Amino acid sequence: MSAPHPQLDAQGNLKHFLTIDGLSRELLVEILDRAEGFLGVAQQAVKKVPLCRGKVIANLFFENSTRTRTTFELAAKRLSADVLNLNISTSATAKGETLLDTLRNLEAMHVDMFVVRHATSGAAHFIAAHANPHVSIINAGDGRHSHPTQGMLDMFTIRRHKPDFTRLRVAIVGDILHSRVARSQILALTTLGVPEIRVIAPRTLLPSHVEDAFGVRAFHDLREGIRDVDVVIMLRIQRERMNSALLPSEHEYFYLFGLTEKRLSVACPDAIVMHPGPINRGVEMDSQVADGSRSVILEQVSNGIAIRMAVMSMCLGTQNLNSQREYTA
Amino acid sequence: MSNPEINSPDASHAVIWKDAAEIDAVFVRMVEELTRRLAQQGIADPLMIGIHTGGVWVAERLHRGLGLTEPLGHLDISFYRDDFTRIGLHPQVRPSHLPVGVDDRHLILVDDVIQSGRTIRAALNVLFDYGRPASVMLATLVERSGRELPITPDVAGLQVQLEPAEQIKLAGPVPLRLLGQIPKKTPKTTATLSETRDVLSLLPTAPDGTSDTSLTSP
Repeated sequence: MSAPHPQLDAQGNLKHFLTIDGLSRELLVEILDRAEGFLGVAQQAVKKVPLCRGKVIANLFFENSTRTRTTFELAAKRLSADVLNLNISTSATAKGETLLDTLRNLEAMHVDMFVVRHATSGAAHFIAAHANPHVSIINAGDGRHSHPTQGMLDMFTIRRHKPDFTRLRVAIVGDILHSRVARSQILALTTLGVPEIRVIAPRTLLPSHVEDAFGVRAFHDLREGIRDVDVVIMLRIQRERMNSALLPSEHEYFYLFGLTEKRLSVACPDAIVMHPGPINRGVEMDSQVADGSRSVILEQVSNGIAIRMAVMSMCLGTQNLNSQREYTA
Repeated sequence: MSNPEINSPDASHAVIWKDAAEIDAVFVRMVEELTRRLAQQGIADPLMIGIHTGGVWVAERLHRGLGLTEPLGHLDISFYRDDFTRIGLHPQVRPSHLPVGVDDRHLILVDDVIQSGRTIRAALNVLFDYGRPASVMLATLVERSGRELPITPDVAGLQVQLEPAEQIKLAGPVPLRLLGQIPKKTPKTTATLSETRDVLSLLPTAPDGTSDTSLTSP
């Protein structure tokens, strides 16, 4: 007898979206298919659908982010939900209120969904475990653990260019050690059936036993690692890593691991280049690649809105189903 | 009678109500009626839009029949349904695709079966989020009883009176067949379905001579 699934209700519907871990291929494909439907909303004159009218969604960002918070906000607004943006650093928590007290207060305002970003791994799971059962939690990034909507928007972007996951070679380049994005990507790629996932990084930025733990191939040489790959995902190098002796300098990182058109020439001719943003031009890649024909970086941003609409509407739809069941029971 | 596929746990009660040849004859009359109405209103270049999924199949046939040159539009109304708060997200969502803008255009909205009218209400809302059409005409293959909103098709291929629990659905895309699904304990089934009449019954019967439209309970 296993413990109840932290993200699914008794019927197997998505209630929270905390991590890719433990979700079936069918469910991931359902998220991708639903996002496909939401992509068209951006083409309407009125870029909005009435699906989640009357729902209240609170963005709880304990860690700074512009792109993720904005795309979550836009996704909620395109679903016609009402959105609260809570700037935690200047509010109650700074005055000494505990996380759970903040949560209880928002629940008392009849918030239906929390979108949570937190610097501590496991924060979204913790909130989901303690929140009122009528509330859904979406993880918008917790510590080094997980960033599942980023992982899914990357899968969505890949599928729009390369429809068959079971034939792909995908390389992830950069700070694998600290990256919640890489963890979510690897889990999603594996679940969707990608046969070959490579991670490419200096030894200092790879977790120990990465090959066994994640079922990937590790490379320490960029040119060797991206040979014949269909997808190159570059990760952001955080400036603070430069000060922690894990990397000698930005210049040296670019010299060894920076993506240029010349280095990209050994990948498949139709390979796509991805980056979760924000890009450090001249560190992870040069501008020729970032703005080149194989870059899908800006598509990732648009796709992120559709993926977030899909996940939010699925979780809110599950809430509706369950409240209806209680009603009729 | 071939075994109709219908998505039901109890398929034994599904019967073919109209086969492909009968539906073809209905399409001929619908195209005539649409042509007449378009001429009457002086509309030269209507834009046809089918509602997923059955409405698109019907629209494809009418689009061909009318010889329209502009591509057909597809509309998915899942995000505009009025039952999200009751039953959650609709399981299948396909992208809407309107090949050209709807602003100032005369539209023909097409669906397979109109019952409550709620689908059409949702479809009109979708259309108006894409722009401001000059006019919207509604064509459905079947107009059945059970309206809950003040919506009536301009052109309906068939009209039928049914009990609320009785269902009719279009199976397709090839061949197109109308399937009737009869719940187990409905003694009145045969009687109500035999009240079926073609809306343009003065026109000749189907080419293969089949004119008996009544359902026989298995």
